[in-house]
Amino acid sequence: MNAQAQTQYATEVGYNFAYLDEQTKRMIRRGLLKAVAIPGYQVPFGGREMPLPYGWGTGGMQLTAAILGAEDVLKVIDQGADDTTNAVSIRRFFARTAGVKTTTRTPEATVIQTRHRIPETPLNGDQIMVYQVPIPEPLRFIEPSETETRTMHALEDYGVMHVKLYEDIATFGHIATSYAYPVTVDARYVMDPSPIPKFDNPKLHMSPALMLFGAGREKRLYAVPPFTRVVSLDFEDHPFEIQRWDECCAFCGSQDSYLDELIVDDAGTKRFVCSDTDYCMQRRDLEEEGAQ
Amino acid sequence: MNNLIEVSGLSKTFTLHQQHGVVLNVLSGLNFSVRAGECLVLHGQSGAGKSTLLRTLYGNYLAAGGSIRVRHNGEWVELVGAEPRQVLAVRRQTLGYVSQFLRVIPRVSTLDVVMEPALARGLRRADAEARAQSLLNRLNIPQALWQLAPGTFSGGEQQRVNIARGFMVAWPLMLLDEPTASLDDANRQVVLALIAEAKAAGSALIGIFHDRAAREAVADRYLDMSQDLSAAAQPEYIYAG
Amino acid sequence: MSAAEKLHLHSETAQPLFSVRDLTHLYGPEKGCQGVSFDLYPGEVLGIVGESGSGKSTLLSLLSGRCPPDRGSVSYRDSEGNWLDLYSASEAQRRTLLRTEWGFVEQNPRDGLRMGVSAGANIGERLMAQGVRHYGELRAAGIDWLQQVEIDPLRIDDLPRTFSGGMQQRLQIARNLVSSPRLIFMDEPTGGLDVSVQARLLDLLRGLVRELDLAVVIVTHDLAVARLLADRLMVMRRSHVVEAGLTDQILDDPQHPYSQLLVSSVLQP
Repeated sequence: MNAQAQTQYATEVGYNFAYLDEQTKRMIRRGLLKAVAIPGYQVPFGGREMPLPYGWGTGGMQLTAAILGAEDVLKVIDQGADDTTNAVSIRRFFARTAGVKTTTRTPEATVIQTRHRIPETPLNGDQIMVYQVPIPEPLRFIEPSETETRTMHALEDYGVMHVKLYEDIATFGHIATSYAYPVTVDARYVMDPSPIPKFDNPKLHMSPALMLFGAGREKRLYAVPPFTRVVSLDFEDHPFEIQRWDECCAFCGSQDSYLDELIVDDAGTKRFVCSDTDYCMQRRDLEEEGAQ
Repeated sequence: MNNLIEVSGLSKTFTLHQQHGVVLNVLSGLNFSVRAGECLVLHGQSGAGKSTLLRTLYGNYLAAGGSIRVRHNGEWVELVGAEPRQVLAVRRQTLGYVSQFLRVIPRVSTLDVVMEPALARGLRRADAEARAQSLLNRLNIPQALWQLAPGTFSGGEQQRVNIARGFMVAWPLMLLDEPTASLDDANRQVVLALIAEAKAAGSALIGIFHDRAAREAVADRYLDMSQDLSAAAQPEYIYAG
Repeated sequence: MSAAEKLHLHSETAQPLFSVRDLTHLYGPEKGCQGVSFDLYPGEVLGIVGESGSGKSTLLSLLSGRCPPDRGSVSYRDSEGNWLDLYSASEAQRRTLLRTEWGFVEQNPRDGLRMGVSAGANIGERLMAQGVRHYGELRAAGIDWLQQVEIDPLRIDDLPRTFSGGMQQRLQIARNLVSSPRLIFMDEPTGGLDVSVQARLLDLLRGLVRELDLAVVIVTHDLAVARLLADRLMVMRRSHVVEAGLTDQILDDPQHPYSQLLVSSVLQP
């Protein structure tokens, strides 16, 4: 689809389709092709300034801008919710600069930009996930030098990754890392899956959807192509485990979705609700239909 | 012939670069050999180079020329010009050196100091300990001192600890640098008995004994070093650590 | 092991472990080191002595694969008996060596330890890098090695920064020895320590070196340390090795004018 065809959908005058100019989008797409070809490898790219601050999803937005076509349907989630400030802003941004349709319904979306969650509804092969990544380098916590971490990746020198997990067990008796839990992609690169809860890690494994990760401040992008092995690091005697709740969602009764804890009154009464608002709504709609 | 050491044409010089390059010829053209079960006593006045000769034989001083051959594990080994690791192997298995002076290692107990030569040869610790204890007993080191590092011991006690260490294992070839000096009579008799036992077991000994009685008790032959007396200097004390 | 077995072992290891030829790296006239050649055998401890600026540390960097030389070669015979030319090997091979069959004890333990993770993690890191994925095993190795270096095993979860200088240095040694290396490089390992603490560390090192049959290259300016640990010495001056030989021979009967000066400048080495 060429730029002219696209621009007719744009509602804002004076901006190229999806805000970024075509050369920039092309540069990012070249980077993405490389990232897909080398799953889990961090590709540097010439990140642009976006009209919002670093940390608000500038990396994810540039990737979304680069892959968005006029026919795409965009969903944006922040902490699993479609209605938070950041999610609403980004959705509106692309509605205005690209004129694309937006949705909150996971099955209807073709591009889903996310921070902190992977939807509970299983993804399909026609969907692309775009993750906003604050710190793309999983080795950074222990090795401050970029030159050194690049060498470590090149040589598969990943012993230190288990140092962190070891420290968790030594300190807490179990692996306490609960988000940004490191994974090995296609038995080669160790990758930070962005700050998703480790609950979502298994959804990365052999997913039919394409996964793209963008870090705006660090100007790095990486990818997990469809049907790629993604394994969470662990110890033989302390295997990887996801979070479990004794409670179920207070709204939809789900027993196997990721729950947020809410304090609902001054007495500190706790309730648990689905973090994925769309998933929760869908379940409630189904219940209502069933009831009728 | 059952020689364990053969020395020929041995010379030793010291070049004192710190003192305008003075060259001291301490030993020259020495020839001798010692058989199993024989004790050769070095004879000559102070400054004749007796200690220098022992140290040169041990490899502690570097020979200037000539040859020192010893029987090591059934083969002749040339020590002049040998690699450090060859010298160390000979010192571990074949060539023992007993002096009056103990080099104290901090924190290492008396018992461990004495056992070390045996452990270095791979002996079992229990066996080594038994042997070390009997030696310390014979040399009248009170049991209360065995677990202490000998750094704080009296000079006589340190000397006896060193002798126990020297006789800890059987050496085919032993160098004795005044082992009986300044010992009381009882302890001197113990050391002479140890030397006699080593001889009887077939060791070849080369020693310096200033004490006439001791000398006559152990000597089979004398090597007269008087003619090798060099300049007025007494080089063997210059570098003595 | 019986004496006879030990002898047999020694004759089997009659091949050098580490071979250095004409090693040269200069960053100024007589700055660095030049023309250094030697062979190191299994279980042998080589001391490199000389004053500051004589090239000791440069030489150690070249030997340990940290800095490519201008000229010359460093070869290592690995545990399978294959010779590896250090500087024509790949970076990956060099790194693997450095975390498996080799060790490096830094003068400042802060350079050799991860100060932000516990003592146990510091010890376990090499094992994890080698693929040990069993927490219980790592834990057991940590406790064992803390005991071997005389640190209370109850401190396994403490950060190294809560340790004294001497303990940090012992922890660094444990961290290196856990992978059963065959060759250890040490850069003034007792340099920053009090005399009383030095003695304990030296005694520990001496015991471990003999027990584990380690080959060691140790750089020190302290001749007493050299006498206690090294089988043989190389004396360096202005980038050249001026004298090499048996430790007690070099210290008691130094031949080169500079060695004589060096030895006579200290009290009872």
